[in-house]
Amino acid sequence: MAKRKAIVTIHDCVACGCCIKVCPRNAISISSGIHANINQDLCVGCGKCAKECPASVIVLEVIG
Amino acid sequence: MKEKKNWYDYLWIASLTYLILGFFNILFAWLGLLCFFIPLFISIIRGNKAYCNKYCGRGQLLSLIGGRFGLSRKKDIPKWMKSKNFRYGFLIFFLIMFFQMLWNTCLVFAGTNSLKTTVTLLWTFKLPWQWSYHGTLFSDGVAQFAFGFYSVMLTSTVLGLITMILFKPRSWCVYCPMGTMTQLICKAKNVTSSQKS
Repeated sequence: MAKRKAIVTIHDCVACGCCIKVCPRNAISISSGIHANINQDLCVGCGKCAKECPASVIVLEVIG
Repeated sequence: MKEKKNWYDYLWIASLTYLILGFFNILFAWLGLLCFFIPLFISIIRGNKAYCNKYCGRGQLLSLIGGRFGLSRKKDIPKWMKSKNFRYGFLIFFLIMFFQMLWNTCLVFAGTNSLKTTVTLLWTFKLPWQWSYHGTLFSDGVAQFAFGFYSVMLTSTVLGLITMILFKPRSWCVYCPMGTMTQLICKAKNVTSSQKS
């Protein structure tokens, strides 16, 4: 089964950090206050961040 | 696997208290300057958005009401609302209205205008608010600023609540002028620091 991972559309991210709080794996950080970064090694593709993101700029994509 | 809550997870209480205090004594509105200067200082000095990410009580309040209490449709925000044009445009509009409010305050300080004990909601509706004015120690301008600043805070709270209901709980964060401003500062800092190295 292909793995799903959360991907941030960096251009539209407002760096509010709502996603950090809901991530059960602590895989998200806001780098330099500009946009969210998701550690792909930690991400399990649960989709909580995508649901929470007020700008809806996080999507789940099938990787590999 | 969520770790225990931190002290700053309760800052929504401070935001709520601030709004309530404005109904009793308008001079408390001055405390709102903290929500103005702290995010700016953090972004200028540390170059990050720790204020939005951790400490913003407004955001916590919206996610509590919209998320926990479920008063949100949890729909996607329209594309135009997250566009750079709208975000920067709203920031400019907000700043213009803010400086206009400061100018009004100056006129009261100078004695040209007299104090108006109203709170202006959504830059249009003048609500009578004299019950929370019990005099001021110095100049009437001190109270005029309080009324003006509380108007800004109440207006942004109302907008935040409307978009919370219509879209996702923290939709306000998308077009929050402070958030846009601190992100711009972080971007500018990042450009200059990458040029140095």
